[in-house]
Amino acid sequence: MSENEKRVGVYVCHCGHNIAGTVDVEHVAEWAYNLPNVIISRDNKFMCASTGQEQIEEDVKEFNLTHVVVASCSPHMHEKTFRNAVERSGLNPYLFEMANIREHASWVHPDDQDGATSKAKALVSAAVHRVLHHEELTPMQVEIRPEVLIVGGGVAGIQAALEVAEAGHHVYLVEREPSIGGHMAQLDKTFPTLDCSACILTPKMFDAGSHPNITLLTYAEVEQVDGYVGNFTVRVRKKAKMVHEDLCTGCGTCWEKCPKKVIDTVFESGLGYRKAIYRPFPQAVPKYPVIDVETCIYYDTGKCRACEKFCPTDAIDFEMQDEIVNLEVGNIIVATGYDLFDPRRIPQYGYGRHENVFTSMEFERLVNAAGPSDGRVVLRDGETTPQSVAIIHCVGSRDKNYNGHCSAICCMYSLKFAHLVKERTEAEVYNFYIDMRTIAKGYEEFYDRVLEEGAHFIRGKVSEITDATHASEEEGKLVVVAEDTLIGKQRRVPVDMVILAVAMEPRADAEEVAHRFGIGCGDTGFFTERHPKLDPVATVTEGVYIAGACQGPKDIPDAVAQGSAAAARVLSVISQREVALEPVRATIDEEHCSGCRICNTMCPYHAIDFIEADSVSRVNPALCKGCGTCVAACPSQVISGAHFTFDQLIAEIDGIMVDVNIDEPLVAAEMV
Amino acid sequence: MSKPKLALYWASSCGGCEIAVLGLHEKILDVAEAFDIVFWPCVMDFKYEDVEAMEDGEIDVCLFNGAIRNDENAHLAHLLRRKSKVMVAFGSCAFGGSMPGLANFNDREQMFNYIYHDSPSTDNPDGIVPQQRTDMPEGELVLPNFWNTVKTLAQVVPVDYYLPGCPPEASSIETAVTAIVSGELPPPGSVIGPDITVCDECPREKHEKKISRFYRPQEIIPDPDTCLLEQGLFCAGIATRSGCGARCPQVGVGCRGCYGPNEGVYDHGAKIMTGIASVLDADTPEEVEAILDTLPDPAGYFYRFHMPDSLLRRTARTNGKKLLASEQVAASEL
Ligand SMILES: Cc1cc2nc3c(=O)[nH]c(=O)nc-3n(C[C@H](O)[C@H](O)[C@H](O)COP(=O)(O)OP(=O)(O)OC[C@H]3O[C@@H](n4cnc5c(N)ncnc54)[C@H](O)[C@@H]3O)c2cc1C
Repeated sequence: MSENEKRVGVYVCHCGHNIAGTVDVEHVAEWAYNLPNVIISRDNKFMCASTGQEQIEEDVKEFNLTHVVVASCSPHMHEKTFRNAVERSGLNPYLFEMANIREHASWVHPDDQDGATSKAKALVSAAVHRVLHHEELTPMQVEIRPEVLIVGGGVAGIQAALEVAEAGHHVYLVEREPSIGGHMAQLDKTFPTLDCSACILTPKMFDAGSHPNITLLTYAEVEQVDGYVGNFTVRVRKKAKMVHEDLCTGCGTCWEKCPKKVIDTVFESGLGYRKAIYRPFPQAVPKYPVIDVETCIYYDTGKCRACEKFCPTDAIDFEMQDEIVNLEVGNIIVATGYDLFDPRRIPQYGYGRHENVFTSMEFERLVNAAGPSDGRVVLRDGETTPQSVAIIHCVGSRDKNYNGHCSAICCMYSLKFAHLVKERTEAEVYNFYIDMRTIAKGYEEFYDRVLEEGAHFIRGKVSEITDATHASEEEGKLVVVAEDTLIGKQRRVPVDMVILAVAMEPRADAEEVAHRFGIGCGDTGFFTERHPKLDPVATVTEGVYIAGACQGPKDIPDAVAQGSAAAARVLSVISQREVALEPVRATIDEEHCSGCRICNTMCPYHAIDFIEADSVSRVNPALCKGCGTCVAACPSQVISGAHFTFDQLIAEIDGIMVDVNIDEPLVAAEMV
Repeated sequence: MSKPKLALYWASSCGGCEIAVLGLHEKILDVAEAFDIVFWPCVMDFKYEDVEAMEDGEIDVCLFNGAIRNDENAHLAHLLRRKSKVMVAFGSCAFGGSMPGLANFNDREQMFNYIYHDSPSTDNPDGIVPQQRTDMPEGELVLPNFWNTVKTLAQVVPVDYYLPGCPPEASSIETAVTAIVSGELPPPGSVIGPDITVCDECPREKHEKKISRFYRPQEIIPDPDTCLLEQGLFCAGIATRSGCGARCPQVGVGCRGCYGPNEGVYDHGAKIMTGIASVLDADTPEEVEAILDTLPDPAGYFYRFHMPDSLLRRTARTNGKKLLASEQVAASEL
């Protein structure tokens, strides 16, 4: 198509008051009419509404438009909407460009109407100049393998696994620990209904363990992921369990006979013991034990083998090696959950120094009927029932020094703890909080109930927990020092037991895991969803979804909902059989590639291979996400990024440089 | 039939391009055979009046070397353009500004201050600075006005072909001359030369790169078979048009980039820079800084041959100074 055959339609959106409240949209539309090749230029209240979209379709037909520009919100929001409208009108959807005059103009310059209007004009001009260089692009179709990999067997991962398996597709559920269950398996009661956590989780764990469509890979971790949506190859390392699962019956003789007691820092949060050969908890799925080679006497001294001696089915194998399993899957759900904040980082709270300061998870284990104290609320001596208990909220949350974020669940589990203490002891309970956040269904009601039960609430951040006493009633107690901001006074509350409501944090290895799966971590370190509102379980990598607390702090209902949501997304992809991949990607002109290999290490998606035989680099189109890193890096400019070509970018810059104050805009002087 | 007329001119450059023409050795005789040399001030005695006296378009080919940095350079560029059918930007200075173009990192004031006052080797107790006009008993002497900004030939007059190189290799000159003589010329505006990079022609083995520091050539003896850049020696071969047969890297010296950018590249320095920045073995800005500290004058390295025709063309003038009057004259010349 020659330059003067190109016919551009420009649509300037009011977005209600969002844009029109600041930017003079009518003027922008009028002005844009004078830009090169513009045939029609309109403003419209809501371009994304059906009337706006239909306007584009009608105009393309009536005015024989060849290119379309919409000036509205961020392309994240509606690029797809308008591309579809353009496609419906018979044009290739890539002959469209969006100018963001909301986030980039009206919203950021609310106090400068003239400035915002000028900026909107420049952005529209940039889009018009750019769109004239757009080329037709066609998505690539790839087949989808129906198998699904789910990483992390917490409640979110289990939920997702069951949904996919029930729909008839095979699931590989990879769990790092010897059993699935995650944090929920450690809990006693669950807020706000106080169902017993084990009672509602165990059946799900059992189903996941016995479902014909689910292969459990426990004590295992994903080491490498290659490929792209529909066709991932995944390398999983199954750590040697030293126990043959096909022979083991889970009878328990081995751990009864094992002479080595180890403090269980994982499941029992350090409050209880396990053996060197162990099953983390009675309801574990699978039910088979593993030998912890770090603590096993045999691996240390070469002697013992008691478990082997007593095993009735000869299931113990000290020579067992790690096993590598290669899986082929079409989609991946990452549900690796969270870690808890280590309160030793706040030394003034005395955790680790004062023995009766507990973490919330320790307390969960304490009140758990199957836990180390059989559910009795007692001090660390294992005997004394506390007369008074303080629960400190926001430990490591909402604090610039540690985590800026709210952990979302602590208010609720603190209320649950207050209730449980009241239920099981005569103790007074003091909740030290900054703000109470009880925002979901039934939560405020639960708060009321705990208030009625007589728990005390003190609004103020605790500055210190100390055993330095000032008065006789503080003797032998832990003193919680805080400013009560409601009465404006410093308070010292002596108690027997302190529970720290520690923050939910991203897994310590979240960044590494994110890198492995080609997803991102946000400021807080939790995995980043594709869109915080409209696409909460998808990620930037197609075919990789996230669910549960790995995406951000959340309670069980939300984690389960995300597990189901991720499964639904995956099932929808599977049922399409094929997916269309964005055609915005890089290609290397192999004839001119020098094979310098600068680009080889640059690609965040491992999409570039070096072809030794031809001494050139090559982009795997299905892996490429069109990020442009290699395009910029290529020193001889033989990598071109579709939809982000040099000409397009230079045209865009030329366009933005026009003098927006003259009626008939001219391009800034061409280079001599 | 009369022989085609050839002119050669030397503007702001070192003279190496002239030597390169003479470096054709006995082939220079073929040139003399094929052409009627009508203007070549470096070698034969011509006056500007001789050129002015010619008809417009009378010269068939003009090989113009050197950048444009003063009124005299510009005057000759315009004059020769008018008189010539084919204008060739000969060598890197005419093509991209090259060494003289590095002046665009400064302005005239800064340069004169350094050269006539501050440089450690300057001995100028009376603070004498050249004046544009000087009254002498014999009359007024006038020097050409010196510009603030160095320009390429194409930024001053339309150019038909570019022959890169500092200086162009004899083989490149031969290719160009043969093409001109035979009339088998590429489309106007072309760079005469292959459209592959030095790196492509370089026989050294290339691997995935990670640079953790740079070395100056005197600091290490490079491995003879491995890519120099990988060994921390600055090499612009990754981003530079070939035509030289990768001569420098083959003898262990990093390519300086004299043949300029690859086909289609607008900003040579930016391409060298992004290429090299991409393989720095660094995770933090501090580490990047530390690695770049081992490369003296990175901007000078990256933009050694193409500062004036880069996207930015020059650094911002100091103190936001307005265009000087002389600069306006220069601008109005365009
Ligand atoms: C003290 C406390 C009390 C709570 N009480 C309640 C309550 O009463 N009600 C409520 O709704 N919520 C409660 N919660 C919140 C609840 O624990 C979470 O909402 C829920 O566990 C989130 O589930 P998940 O599957 O996302 O993550 P997790 O439970 O953390 O599960 C993640 C799983 O992934 C595995 N994993 C991690 N990394 C990898 C890897 N790289 N490879 C393989 N596997 C991996 C882990 O081993 C784990 O099994 C409480 C939380 C705490 C701390």
